[in-house]
Amino acid sequence: METAEHPQTNRGRFRWGEPIFFNLTRAAAVLTLLLLAAIILSLVHGSWPAIQKFGGHFLLSGDWNPPKDQFGALIPIYGTLVTSIIALLIAVPVSFGIALFLTELSPPWLRMPLGIAIELLAAIPSIVYGMWGLLYYAPIFSQYAQPILHHTLGQIPIIGALFSGPMMGIGILSASVILAIMIIPFIASVIRDVFAVTPAMLKESAYGLGCTTWEVVWHVVLPYTKVGVIGGIMLGLGRALGETMAVTFLIGNTNFFNGFSLFLPGNSIASALANEFAEAESPLYTAALLELGLILFVITFIVLALSKLLLRHLSR
Amino acid sequence: MKRSSKWLAMPLMAAGVMIFANRAAAAEVTGAGASFPAPLYAKWADAYHKATGNKVNYQSIGSGGGIKQITAKTVDFGASDMPLKPEELEKQGLAQFPAVIGGEVLAINLEGIKAGELRLSPDVLANIYLGKITKWNDPAIAALNPNLKLPAQDISVVRRSDGSGTTFIFTNYLSKISAEWKQKVGEGSAVQWPVGMGGKGNEGVSAFVQRIPGAIGYVEYAYALQNKMSYALLQNADGAYPNPNDASFKAAAAHADWTQSAFYEILTNEPGKDSWPITGATFILVHKVQDKPEQGAASLAFFDWSFKNGDQMATELNYVPLPDELVKLIHTAWESVKDASGKPVYTPGK
Repeated sequence: METAEHPQTNRGRFRWGEPIFFNLTRAAAVLTLLLLAAIILSLVHGSWPAIQKFGGHFLLSGDWNPPKDQFGALIPIYGTLVTSIIALLIAVPVSFGIALFLTELSPPWLRMPLGIAIELLAAIPSIVYGMWGLLYYAPIFSQYAQPILHHTLGQIPIIGALFSGPMMGIGILSASVILAIMIIPFIASVIRDVFAVTPAMLKESAYGLGCTTWEVVWHVVLPYTKVGVIGGIMLGLGRALGETMAVTFLIGNTNFFNGFSLFLPGNSIASALANEFAEAESPLYTAALLELGLILFVITFIVLALSKLLLRHLSR
Repeated sequence: MKRSSKWLAMPLMAAGVMIFANRAAAAEVTGAGASFPAPLYAKWADAYHKATGNKVNYQSIGSGGGIKQITAKTVDFGASDMPLKPEELEKQGLAQFPAVIGGEVLAINLEGIKAGELRLSPDVLANIYLGKITKWNDPAIAALNPNLKLPAQDISVVRRSDGSGTTFIFTNYLSKISAEWKQKVGEGSAVQWPVGMGGKGNEGVSAFVQRIPGAIGYVEYAYALQNKMSYALLQNADGAYPNPNDASFKAAAAHADWTQSAFYEILTNEPGKDSWPITGATFILVHKVQDKPEQGAASLAFFDWSFKNGDQMATELNYVPLPDELVKLIHTAWESVKDASGKPVYTPGK
């Protein structure tokens, strides 16, 4: 295509190298788009019977009754959003702290091992988090964390209702905490990397003016890296929305709404899919599950779109 | 470039030869479905391979998946914990037969109460799962257990979160013994539970039950046994309280009337004073008209061999082998599995 630009390298047997390379990379990019389109199409096609039967009611109904072929997605949608939001509320400050410590405060000899340890956390398969959560973390959570939460936050008038109810270590809050643990390594390593690329001159000038570490990070580093930080948070959110196995083990998988307490069991879209897909027999049941998958797809898409808008707004 | 292509070609050719060789020796049978009997099928397949040289490849993908795969003819046999209704079999052109029997128990977590001490009646069990009985010292439970000191503790109801044959058998039992359950909830591999929380798999349910004081949950008998869980006794259709074990599961299977309705038989609430009330068989599905008769014959030959030689292996894994009379009935039923010309593909004991 643009062979004329580099006359010397385009002689002989290498003449076709560049166009071939260009087309190969383009094919890889197009293939991704085709795959995406194929997945959307098959999700829509697969869930069509449920879309036709329930329409918009599917989003608003909390009735999930396989033997009677009645399906509504409200409970899993609610559980997916709530667990992901709580996970972010916990994970973002912690990740910020980790990144801050690693880039600004940690003694140099500790940086490497600590950084590697955090990245290792990201490599643990989610089923391991699930089993660990069920067998070790949930008992401790129900015995210590839940009573403390109940006696402190639980006593505040309105949000107190969120921290009441049976303390079993299983439920929306437990699942959210596990999710937070799982996404911290992702968010922390991205924030650390973008913090690390802040020009030393900017920081040192601020220190030279007598700023404290906190002031440097808050007023210099963070504004400089905000786009990267938000990208990291969105990466974590994307993972939290779709996380399956660890949530399944801890959320209690209950398809009815019992109240807003975070101690109560609930369900998430990914967890419902993992639990019920293998044994779903009736065509409408399978279609309803595929529609759940489609909804998760749409939610993730909206989150990505919003984050792009936010980034565009911020980088202006 | 030229030199390296030579090196590239050799392994490719070798791979091609291997694929070709594999094709030629395709005496392999593939099955897929229920996860409950998967450990046993794997053990049978291994022993069968050692004894005869024939391979059986079983994929544990769940009963629903097994039904879908055999309907789509991607496997030689399907496996399901739920028998298909005769009209459904007819529609899909399938035949089914039971392969092995298992039982379910209600695991409990009550301080000071050991396995087999607590007694429950069908009514009480249904009301617990309907959320109408919520305390362990409820008069209805106390009346059944005059010698036990029951705590004033909340009952935490635990059930499976994943769709499963275990749930199907349990809800089928509740539907048989409680009109209210049948009308409000019904039966299925997943249902809309009125109360309680769901654990994933037998391991999830038992983890919840073992950890939450006052919990009750249904698990496969083998699982409760291996994990030394405390379980309740359940009153059967004849009003007796048998112990859950091989004998009481076999008794339930023996009381079922297998001669009718293409083995559509769920062994819950069977009569007989020794019958454990929550028993179930797991089933194998094959096409009645075999496109590939030799594959159909090989599938049936595997089960024929396993019924003859596999009882010991089943018992070791805490499954209950089929009674001999039932195996005879199955042999007769195999005559309906035919090739395109209408000839039975396999004759047992050949």
